[in-house]
Amino acid sequence: MDISYSAEDLAFREKVRAFLQERLPRTLSEKVRRNQHLSRDDMEQWHGILNDKGWLAQDWPKEHGGAGWTTVQQQIFEDEAAAANAPRIVPFGLKMLAPVLMKFGSPEQKDRYLPRILNGSDWWCQGYSEPGAGSDLASLKTRAVRDGDHYVVNGQKTWTTLGQHANKIFCLVRTSTEGKPQEGISFLLIDMDTPGITIRPIILLEGTHEVNEVFFDDVRVPIENLVGEENKGWTYAKYLLTHERTNIAGVGFSRAALAHVKAIARDQKVRGRPLINDPLFAARIAKVEMELAALATTNLRVLSAPDAAANAGPISSMLKIKGTEIRQELNDLARRALGPYALPFVSEALEPGWNGEPIGPEDAAGVAADYFNNRKISIYGGSNEVQRNIISKMVMGL
Amino acid sequence: MDFSLTDEQRMLKDTLARFVADNYGIEVRHEIAASPEGFSRDIWSQFAELGIIGALFAEADGGFGGGGFDLSTVFEEIGRGLVVEPLLASVLGGNAIASLGDEAQKARLEGVIAGETIVALAHGEPQSRYDHVHVETRAERDGDGWRLNGEKAVVLNGDSAGTLVVSARTGGEVWDEEGISLFLVPANAEGVTARGYPTIDGLHAAEIAFEAVTLDGGALLGREGGAFPALEETLARGALALSAEAIGAMEVCRDITIEYLKTRRQFGVPIGKFQALQHRMATLLMEIEQARSSVINAAGCLNRSREERELAVSAAKAMTGRIGRMVAEEAIQMHGGIAMTWEYSLGHYAKRLVMIDHQFGDVDFHTARYAEIAAVAGV
Repeated sequence: MDISYSAEDLAFREKVRAFLQERLPRTLSEKVRRNQHLSRDDMEQWHGILNDKGWLAQDWPKEHGGAGWTTVQQQIFEDEAAAANAPRIVPFGLKMLAPVLMKFGSPEQKDRYLPRILNGSDWWCQGYSEPGAGSDLASLKTRAVRDGDHYVVNGQKTWTTLGQHANKIFCLVRTSTEGKPQEGISFLLIDMDTPGITIRPIILLEGTHEVNEVFFDDVRVPIENLVGEENKGWTYAKYLLTHERTNIAGVGFSRAALAHVKAIARDQKVRGRPLINDPLFAARIAKVEMELAALATTNLRVLSAPDAAANAGPISSMLKIKGTEIRQELNDLARRALGPYALPFVSEALEPGWNGEPIGPEDAAGVAADYFNNRKISIYGGSNEVQRNIISKMVMGL
Repeated sequence: MDFSLTDEQRMLKDTLARFVADNYGIEVRHEIAASPEGFSRDIWSQFAELGIIGALFAEADGGFGGGGFDLSTVFEEIGRGLVVEPLLASVLGGNAIASLGDEAQKARLEGVIAGETIVALAHGEPQSRYDHVHVETRAERDGDGWRLNGEKAVVLNGDSAGTLVVSARTGGEVWDEEGISLFLVPANAEGVTARGYPTIDGLHAAEIAFEAVTLDGGALLGREGGAFPALEETLARGALALSAEAIGAMEVCRDITIEYLKTRRQFGVPIGKFQALQHRMATLLMEIEQARSSVINAAGCLNRSREERELAVSAAKAMTGRIGRMVAEEAIQMHGGIAMTWEYSLGHYAKRLVMIDHQFGDVDFHTARYAEIAAVAGV
């Protein structure tokens, strides 16, 4: 065994570091560091910089304009990007839709959509959840009924992340009520400007507009927008689940969050001594730091295992549960570290371009909001309870 | 980056696993544990022949391993088989000799690796708890040699060892790093009294008193007063070995429990159909993977800088301590009454898992130690 990166990986890491230092705009990294909200322009700017370098679609094969990186290389990038406070790559087109199109899409769909994802012409959002279909996604009811060369779509999607920026949505829709619920679902690509679509913001508990609800009222979608075969959509959606392993654990984000907690705890004083030297608080930090070091290794074990694909499902579930537990614990520690200064909430301070006088410690403004916002991470993408169901079924056969 | 065992390590693992499967059933283990010494000299010789003891030492010291992953490989299997033979005592005593001994002193390792000599590290004291530096036992110069006085506590296999490696203060105050020396003390020397006893998890230990024990000049290992760095590294090896042993025991508990969930029926269904149990089992699986990763980190850092080594080892010991207890308690609870019986093997694994946390530092100790080292290192 050898827990060190190979010489090639280390060289790659140096390349990534140099790139981030040179090309990541300080205006962006400062916003990320302070938990400020990113505008659509901010996100597109970062995508553009990565695309110029050929590093936007990291896991895509080179034939489609991807970087063709190994999983370990992708992980190195994620770690370094998080450490440098780079914005997250918006995953919906690049990491969620694209792999499905490459595997199941028609040649026309690949030719049409993949380049537009890369160059930013299309902003995709995901239409999976519905008011009555959350953890039980297969019970979704949005109907698509064939009418000549079109499907007519009626229903409602919800929790549509960054849908306010999107011009396209990929949807799971019901095309049949025969058989098991999973068997009547199809995967449909829809233009957001099609008549009959209404989008409404959902404001989250800490006051941000991140997610939306999308209503479909007799929306006519050309049949060539069906991906793969009718009634096979569930298989395509699940394909993603079993092939997406990189960065599920969010190790890079947690490392950055840990550094942030420590910075706050060094700055805060208890009777003149840094909070980070308080035995109880230091032990809390130590505990999560030890967990994170183990998770980083668990993650690399998964990524470097030759048979990783075979058991990626349950392993991804473990990484997701542990990764989100650790991130939430770090959010909690950051909030506690601030003491009373977790309370002040000047929402404008989180908006791009705000130049006002901070209240309390410089980085305090977004900490409590981030804690509340990140309660979502153990809910979305299959709640941690659903992940435990998956582990029970797939690993233990219970 | 490579998470696979070498061919040699794989062979070692298979050899030990096969030996345990063929010769070390739980009934045999109980019988051995209940014997006067608490282990079998016969099996110990077989371990020597199979190269199990040699795998714990470097080639320069007469072995053919001694690396972090050699230790973790052996001890994981030890944990799976609930083996009670003095492997840990050999790692601790043997490593101290290997690190500090001169050629004449290191010659003893040959006997250790051949299974002829049992060594034990007598370091902990009645008042020291887990503190690495707490040494009250004193050695004073006596002509060309030394005179030793003090008491050592819960010395693993201290009632069977022929040679004791004893820490004693030759300078400094009780909690100083400087001033600690290590001595080779024959167990039958005049003034040495060992009171051996079984432990609750089936091992053997001893309280050992040293009353005006006279040692010759050749008893001192290494520099006078300068043994701490080697002692600390030796304790790190011990903690790594215990953490790896815990992984083996946890995985057995996991497998037994999953099997039980599938077969035990209540309310007309296998109890594994109940989500309340499924989710707890899923959590255990995940936590055990985390524990394993922490042990891999520790094994991989054993030969790195002191800071890296101690951080990774404390992390592994704290993680396996926390998760070991969780696995032990949850496995018993999910079984119900059957796991409370002596006859069912699970309880013996649970006892070992919980008691590992009491050896060489528990969760609280290693969490605090991790925080302290991280603070000093500024990481």
